[in-house]
Amino acid sequence: MSTVKKFMFVNRKAPYGTIYALESLEVVLITAAFDQDVSLVFMDDGVYQLKKGQQTKGIETKNFSPAYRALEDYDIEKLYVDEESIAARGLTEADLLVNVTVLNRAEMGALMEEQDVVLSF
Amino acid sequence: MKFGIVVNEGPYQHQASDSAYLFAKAAIAKGHEVWRVFFYHDGVNNASKLTEPPQDDRHIVNRWTKLAEEHKVDLVVCVAAALRRGIQEENLAAGFRISGLGQLVEAGTQCDRLVTFGD
Amino acid sequence: MLHIVNKSPLTSTTLDSCLNTAIGGDILLIEDAVYAATCGNAAEAKLKAAMGKFKIHVLMPDLEARGLGNNMSAGVIPVDYAGFVDLTANNKSCQSWL
Repeated sequence: MSTVKKFMFVNRKAPYGTIYALESLEVVLITAAFDQDVSLVFMDDGVYQLKKGQQTKGIETKNFSPAYRALEDYDIEKLYVDEESIAARGLTEADLLVNVTVLNRAEMGALMEEQDVVLSF
Repeated sequence: MKFGIVVNEGPYQHQASDSAYLFAKAAIAKGHEVWRVFFYHDGVNNASKLTEPPQDDRHIVNRWTKLAEEHKVDLVVCVAAALRRGIQEENLAAGFRISGLGQLVEAGTQCDRLVTFGD
Repeated sequence: MLHIVNKSPLTSTTLDSCLNTAIGGDILLIEDAVYAATCGNAAEAKLKAAMGKFKIHVLMPDLEARGLGNNMSAGVIPVDYAGFVDLTANNKSCQSWL
């Protein structure tokens, strides 16, 4: 595939309650495999996807959070987190599994405008 | 213009598939091309040929099939999501095909616009 | 950029997130989000306040289906599905705030 576009994945849902967070990761990996320009955004409840210390044994569901740490192995390094969303949830950057760039709402909005394809999960 | 459409929710449960269909129909009526519709998550249930709504209800699955036949719309069902939910070749409605997530990425790269309908 | 919102403003913070994040352009309210664009809805004021920054459109078939076809807030632009397609085509990109 020769066309390279800017793909943004906007994750606004918490993990486990619904399947969207897991499926978003799948598409992100495939999109990177197609050599596209990939950005991930975590905002609203989506920031909970990156919370350290997820233990899913008791719900008999696969803990997919380690996969976020593997993203850099696929050259996926543009991870953005909404500042207001982590603050509203009593979290700080130190609670997150991976290194991210924290953006305010205006910076996030501007970044969205630069994209060719925006997929929401 | 070339449009791609993503449908994330199943039929009859959420309005997403109805909205997506009406959008596709309107786009075609305006002379645009709907190049591909990608069914993801519970959206794969839109492809079950076992679907039998009551007589007085719209037939969501057949409506997609007809759109595919009349306007060469490529209806792609995500394989992993489909297998998880019991959608297989045996119960796949006409006009749909099962394939991988790469088809969604391709819709993103090949289409001028990609519009998502979901929850 | 076209921002598409489909959630009622009284059950979800999606409209707020969209209004607070998007830097301008077009917003289209579809499905349960159309309630935001009706007279007397608690979200009406914030929608009106956002009108300087955005053009706010509402999908009329969804509003009519919900019995509120005659209750649209002033300043909101009604569109049909053809108008929805035009909004998508006329913007460089679109985002569904699911």
